[in-house]
Amino acid sequence: MKSTNGGKLIVLEPVTRIEGHAKVTLFLNDEGCVKQARMHVIEFRGFERFVQGRPYWEMPVLVQRLCGICPVSHHLAAAKAVDRIVGGENLTPTAEKMRRLMHYGQMFQSHALHFFHLVSPDLLFGFDADPAIRNVIGVAKKYPDLAVQGVMMRKYGQEIIKATAGKKIHGTGAIPGGINKNLSVEERDVFLRDIDKMLDWAQSALKIAKDYTAENLDRLASFGSFPSNHLSLVREDGALDLYHGNLRAIDAEGNKILDQVDYANYLDFIAEEVRPWSYMKFPFIKSVGPEDGWYRVGPLARLNNCDFIDTPIAEKERKEFVKLGNGKPINVTMAYHWARMVELVHAAEKIKELLNDPDLQGDDLVAKGKRRREGIGLIEAPRGTLFHHYKVDENDQVVMANLIVSTTHNNEPMNRAVQKVAEEYLDGKEITEGLLNHIEVAIRAYDPCLSCATHALGRMPLLVELMDAEGNIINRKTRD
Amino acid sequence: MSDTITFTVDGVEVTGRKGQTIIQAADDAGIYIPRLCWTKKLKPGASCRLCTVLVNNRPTASCTQPIGEGMVVLNETEQLITYRKNLVEMLFVEGNHFCMFCEKSGNCELQAMAYRFGIAAPKFPYMFPKRELDASHPDIFLDRNRCILCGRCVRASRDLDGKGVFQFVGRGNHKKIGVNAEARLADTNVDVSDDAVGSCPVGAILKKRVGFAVPVGQRLYDHQPIGSDTEAKARRSARGK
Ligand code: SF4
Ligand code: FES
Repeated sequence: MKSTNGGKLIVLEPVTRIEGHAKVTLFLNDEGCVKQARMHVIEFRGFERFVQGRPYWEMPVLVQRLCGICPVSHHLAAAKAVDRIVGGENLTPTAEKMRRLMHYGQMFQSHALHFFHLVSPDLLFGFDADPAIRNVIGVAKKYPDLAVQGVMMRKYGQEIIKATAGKKIHGTGAIPGGINKNLSVEERDVFLRDIDKMLDWAQSALKIAKDYTAENLDRLASFGSFPSNHLSLVREDGALDLYHGNLRAIDAEGNKILDQVDYANYLDFIAEEVRPWSYMKFPFIKSVGPEDGWYRVGPLARLNNCDFIDTPIAEKERKEFVKLGNGKPINVTMAYHWARMVELVHAAEKIKELLNDPDLQGDDLVAKGKRRREGIGLIEAPRGTLFHHYKVDENDQVVMANLIVSTTHNNEPMNRAVQKVAEEYLDGKEITEGLLNHIEVAIRAYDPCLSCATHALGRMPLLVELMDAEGNIINRKTRD
Repeated sequence: MSDTITFTVDGVEVTGRKGQTIIQAADDAGIYIPRLCWTKKLKPGASCRLCTVLVNNRPTASCTQPIGEGMVVLNETEQLITYRKNLVEMLFVEGNHFCMFCEKSGNCELQAMAYRFGIAAPKFPYMFPKRELDASHPDIFLDRNRCILCGRCVRASRDLDGKGVFQFVGRGNHKKIGVNAEARLADTNVDVSDDAVGSCPVGAILKKRVGFAVPVGQRLYDHQPIGSDTEAKARRSARGK
C-alpha cells in the first residue's frame, strides 16, 4: 500500500487473494476526490499468437495452459469449438454427459475454493477485521469443521475432474466431437457414496453467504454496486445452463437486449474495445455501444438472466435470491457470493443427477460430421461466459484464435466497483488499511483470475508508481 | 554348440546367439539397455548413443557391437547412467518439447526415458530453436520441434517402405529431418500406413486427427517405466527356475 503526499494519484497493489496480479490506480481531481479508478493488469498477451500453426485437435489440451485455476473451462470451451470443426457438435449422450460431469465437477471445486479460501474470511470475520486473522488460517482455527469441508469439497470436485478428464489439472478427456473415456461403475460408486454429504455441505456454505448478505444488507446494497447489463448463456427454455445454451443479455432494469442468440454469431453482437492503458480488452454489446454496452458475467449475471433452475434445491434458493431485486435484476456486487453458492448447490445436484444416469457408462464416445474451417465454443466458466473462436486452414492448422475470458468481460464492472468503493471510503490523500480492504473485497466479489484474463505467458514484478497531476512519476516502489 | 556365445552383463551370465549385437542378446535375456534410435525392426543407426555400455572397459554402442565369447559388459554403472541422463537432458533442451500439450505424452519414448532416469527438469539451458512444421499431407503431421534426429524414420522409409521419403539435411545445429530433398510431405509418396510414420519415438511424425483419443491411464508408459516389459521377461524366467 502506498499513497502520495500531495500528489494526485494513489496506487494500491497488490490486491491480495485474487489469482494473478493487479495494480489499482486511483486518479484524484484537484479537490482530492476520486475521479477515476483503473485496475491495471501487468502481464502480457501472446497466447493467441502462440497457438497459430498448431493442429486444431491440440487446442483443448493446449489452451488449458492459459490458466492454472480453471483449466477445465478452457478445455471444454476449446473442445466445443473444435467439435464444430469436425462437425461433431451433436455429441453422443455419453460424451455430452461426461463433459457436463467434468464441468460441474470443476464448477463445484472452483466455487468451493473461492468461497472457503478467499471469501469466507471476509464474511466470517467482517472485512474490517485484522488481516492477520482475516485469512484462511484464521478460518481453519476458528471454524475447523468448515475448513475441512472446504478442503473435502474441493477434493471431490477434483476427483470428478480426474475421472472424466484423466488428470486433476490439464487433462485430455474432451476430444474433437466427444470424449475419450466413459465413467466406470467403480468410479461412479465412489462418487455416489459422498454426493449427499457434498450437497449438504454446499447448502451450509450457501447459508453462510445468504445470512451474511441478509444481516448486512444495508451496508452491502450500495457497496461497490452500480446498475449494469448482464450477459450469460441460457438454455432454450430459459433455464440456467452452465455447459451450453444461447446468449441472453439484459439491462439493469431487466429488459432483454439479446435473447436466444446463437453464440456462433457472437461477432454480430459483441465487440471488444482496446484502451491504451490496459492489456485487457473491454467487451461491449454492439447495439448498446461501447459507452453503455459493457456488462457483468458470472454467477450474478447468470442468476439474473435465467428464468429458472432445473434442479429443485437450487431453484428454491434462486427464488429466494431474486427477491433481493424486487422484480428487477440484482445489481449488488456483493450478491455475487450468494449467487455463487446457489450455483455450488446446483452443481452438486447436477452431479448427483448425472451419476445416476446409465448413459455415463455408454461406449459411443465420438461424433463426426461435415468438416468446417471455423469453430466457436462458449461455456459458462465459474467466473462467467468464456468464448473460444478458431479458424483452421485446409491442413488442419490453426490460423486464427480469439479468446474472450470471463475476467475480461468483467473488466469494466471491476473498475466501476473499485471507483464506487474508493469514492465512498477514500478520506483525504491517505490510503487507510480500511480502504485497501474494501477495494480488495469489491474486486474479489468478481473472483477474477487476472493472469488468464491477459493470456499471460509470464509475469512481471509488482510495482507501485506515484504520479503527479502533470503525469510525472514522483515515486516508484515495489512491494516487499 | 558353437552357435552360442556366453558373456556377462553387470556380472550376470548371458548366453546369446552368434551374430547378435549386445542389445539384442541383452533384450532376449531380459536385461534392458536404454535406447532411442534402435528398434527391433530396424538396422542400427547408432546415433543417439544412449545404449552405450562398457565392453572390457571401453565405451561402445551396444546396438552395433556384436557379442563375443567372454565379453565383460557393464550396463548400469553410475558413470554410464550419468552419461545417459545427460544425453536425454540434452535432447530435451535442443528441441521444443512441451509434454503438457503433446499428444504423444504417455506414449513418448523420450519422455518415458526421462521418467525412467528420474529427470525432473534438465540442468542445461533451453535452446528454444525455431523449427518448421509440415502439415501439408492430408493424413500425416510433421512437427520438427519434437524431432530428436534419431533417424528411425529415415531407415524405416528406406529399408522397410522402400521409399526414401525422409533424410537428414544440414549439419550440427542446423541438422534437421528433410522430406524428399526439401519437398513438402504432400509432394511425396508417403502413406499414413508406412512403417516410417509409425517409427517415430516422439511426437514429431504423427497420424493426423488421432490427438488425445487414448485417455490418460491407458497409454503405453502410464503405469510401467520404459524397458520394464524387457525386464519382466527376466523376472519371469527367474521365477520359472
Ligand atoms: S522425425 Fe521422429 S523418427 Fe524421424 S528422426 Fe525425428 S524423432 Fe526420429
Ligand atoms: S540405440 Fe544405440 S546409438 Fe541409439
